[in-house]
Amino acid sequence: MSVQTQFSGGFQNAPVQAAHAFRAAMTVMARPGEIRELNGGQPPEPLSVAAGTLLLTLCDPDTKVHLAGATNTDAVREWLTFHTGAHLAQAPEADFAVGTWAELGSLRTYRIGTAEYPDRSATLIVECDDLQQTGAELRGPGIKGTARLNLPDVPALQANAALYPLGRDFFFTCGDQVAALPRSTQISAGA
Amino acid sequence: MNEYNFAYLDEQTKRMIRRAILKGLAVPGYQVPFASREMPMPYGWGTGGVQVSAATLTPDDTFKVIDQGADDTTNAVSIRKFFENTAGVETTEETEKATVIQTRHRIPEAKLREDQIIVYQVPIPEPLRFLEPRETETRKMHSLEEYGLMHVKLYEDISQHGAISTSYAYPVMVSDRYVMDPSPIPKFDNPKLEMDAIQLFGAGREQRIYAVPPHTKVVSLDFEDYPFEATKADHPCDLCGAEDSYLDEVIMDDAGNRMFVCSDTDYCRSRREAGHKGRLAEENAA
Repeated sequence: MSVQTQFSGGFQNAPVQAAHAFRAAMTVMARPGEIRELNGGQPPEPLSVAAGTLLLTLCDPDTKVHLAGATNTDAVREWLTFHTGAHLAQAPEADFAVGTWAELGSLRTYRIGTAEYPDRSATLIVECDDLQQTGAELRGPGIKGTARLNLPDVPALQANAALYPLGRDFFFTCGDQVAALPRSTQISAGA
Repeated sequence: MNEYNFAYLDEQTKRMIRRAILKGLAVPGYQVPFASREMPMPYGWGTGGVQVSAATLTPDDTFKVIDQGADDTTNAVSIRKFFENTAGVETTEETEKATVIQTRHRIPEAKLREDQIIVYQVPIPEPLRFLEPRETETRKMHSLEEYGLMHVKLYEDISQHGAISTSYAYPVMVSDRYVMDPSPIPKFDNPKLEMDAIQLFGAGREQRIYAVPPHTKVVSLDFEDYPFEATKADHPCDLCGAEDSYLDEVIMDDAGNRMFVCSDTDYCRSRREAGHKGRLAEENAA
């Protein structure tokens, strides 16, 4: 493979790859707990393929992105700016934020929308060590009965769900896998 | 085919629509504003649905379009051709074979599956609009969950007509939070709104997108003593004999003769091909 530069690692065929990537992202957001493959982008370290592909699919000059912790490197900043034109921002202004759960910090710093415009909230892309359909029990829209997903921090996510219809929405990424947790999902700690 | 970007819209527009769809799925029934584009068809011809479909389609999809249940009416034919030309996707008239279905004013009779997506064309997304014309006020009513006015409207139906006379665009409560306009589908279709497929709603002129994820609780508004009733014409289909499908009434001549036929043309065709016959089947078999 050639050396990763800011100019490489974007979509080779943007309309088609972005369409497939969005379908995966939409499917997991509509069905919390489901895990799908998501690839197409080749972002620089430490971003996962899935997180990088999500950024390529959803970010552009109209969005503000917060790079949390170790993701905030020169290489990632240059890659993101070149391929999407997204503005970099601090957590309180961000439309999208990416990093590990620990790096993203307190959820309270991210926007939850307003009562009249709950859509004006942040979407967090959480890099995970693994994604499994075990652990916390999920109920709500998009779920037939119950589903399970290994969530990083159940109490914080329960508090987020309690804000409904306000709150942040989450993508969980690991390698080329993606799952999602919208604010509408009720979470119980699970057996 | 190469003259167009895949699915007509430019990538930045698609990203904007895609972000709106994701927020819509996260807050079922809430109307997300989006920057609707001029499309090469007039408002009222499904520009909202077309933009949502364009942002959702992949080249692997099989696309179906229905207008009042029919695959062969002007609106359905022209939108199907539009995506054949601009996205190069396969199209079909068979509900089972479609992966993305764009619809105007009907839900197909066949049960939709997990791997299907249905896109509704919506003229007026705001269920409270005819009760309160100001957007600032309706937005506040949604934020405060203040839906008393809608119940007053249904109550006035009962006091004037003895029953809830609202027969299409019948308001629903989504996931116990937002009152939503299901687009002008007949109320016969309301019970199907709890389905396995992803439902997306696009209103082009009004610039709103909203969504209902699969298996989401959708309740038609009603009263304990006047419960919701999914109604249809009290006839079997005159072509295929179906008693469980929504019917169109067709005037045959000026002597008062009429026939009732399935509004879902694909459902009716597949039943006739399976040998089912209605009252007027013979003389109409071409």
